[in-house]
Amino acid sequence: MKVILHHPKRSAEITGPKKVSQILKELDILPETVLVILLTGEKSELITEEASLSDQDTIEIRPVISGGYG
Amino acid sequence: MKCQKCRDKAVIKIARANAKYCAACFNAFFVSQVRRGLEREKMASRSDKILIAVSGGKDSLALWHVLSRLGYETAGLHIDLGIGEYSASSRRYVELFAERENLEVYSYSLKEAYKMGILELAGETDRSACSACGTVKRYLFNKVASDKGFPVLATGHNLDDEAARLLGNLLRWQDAYLEKQSPVLESEEGFVKKVKPLYRLSEQETAAYAFLNGIPYVIEECPMSVDAPMLVYKKALNLIEHQSPGTKHQFYLEFLEKRKKEPDRFLPKDKKDGRVCQECGQPTTSQICGFCKLMNKPSFTGRPAAS
Repeated sequence: MKVILHHPKRSAEITGPKKVSQILKELDILPETVLVILLTGEKSELITEEASLSDQDTIEIRPVISGGYG
Repeated sequence: MKCQKCRDKAVIKIARANAKYCAACFNAFFVSQVRRGLEREKMASRSDKILIAVSGGKDSLALWHVLSRLGYETAGLHIDLGIGEYSASSRRYVELFAERENLEVYSYSLKEAYKMGILELAGETDRSACSACGTVKRYLFNKVASDKGFPVLATGHNLDDEAARLLGNLLRWQDAYLEKQSPVLESEEGFVKKVKPLYRLSEQETAAYAFLNGIPYVIEECPMSVDAPMLVYKKALNLIEHQSPGTKHQFYLEFLEKRKKEPDRFLPKDKKDGRVCQECGQPTTSQICGFCKLMNKPSFTGRPAAS
């Protein structure tokens, strides 16, 4: 499957089928620090750690952590 | 995974609350947490006009969206910090949102007013970009809110921001800052009331709210904040949170409860009296305010008043 990552924006290929939780673990990403979005054509939807993904899927792993001002 | 409220398909799991929600039930949860914060901390009355500091990021745009939906009269204030394409993109997201929602926004460009952005400003001083940015924003937020007649200024600081700031203050035992770390700072001596209605919600939850409500926002991180201490504190807290869900929530909200019960414990011993800055007339605790100290460099070309 195709995985779109940020900071910097790039993409990676990961072999499915896999659960979102496994993918995040493989990429060493804590689930609390991202949104995982399933991109399907023009629509996109938020998915949870338990969702299963196949090789045909494309997901975006979008970081949510920001800020230096404080 | 099913939504615990309606059994529809869940789109988010909130480990700290042991909860799973579909989009509609998550929105209801989010709005209820904002409303609870507003009411519990007496942040604003229904007649108060609220000026919202909007950066173009998920937190401030989500805040603007939810306060508008709750029926508050709001306007946005955007400070263009002059950080290349990052600032240009941030400004576009703010203006796009304001236009779409038919809301008023005041935009203020640091480069237009002072001939230099945060990058140049930090280069001219011994301050870090984040520190200079904080001083500039705090000053302009208060000045514009005061000049435009807004009794309340709201910022998009969330639970992660507040927990990270508390951790930073405690690691360095900066006791004097603990009194001021609050979701509400009442108005005093030239300072308008400042509120943080998202203090009960995590960064992931504000991002999810923005996504689920179709709010486009700048995803890129500010290029100046790459090594910022706040990001290190957040990383540490997220590691702990992952092992022990609810830690961030308990850490910050218990601090607020303890301070309410024992306010004297957190009062600084050498509290300074409020004064008026001799340069610009804005409130300060010393002769010259932090903003004027920062801006009064020989190479700066002018200091027009923010409006």
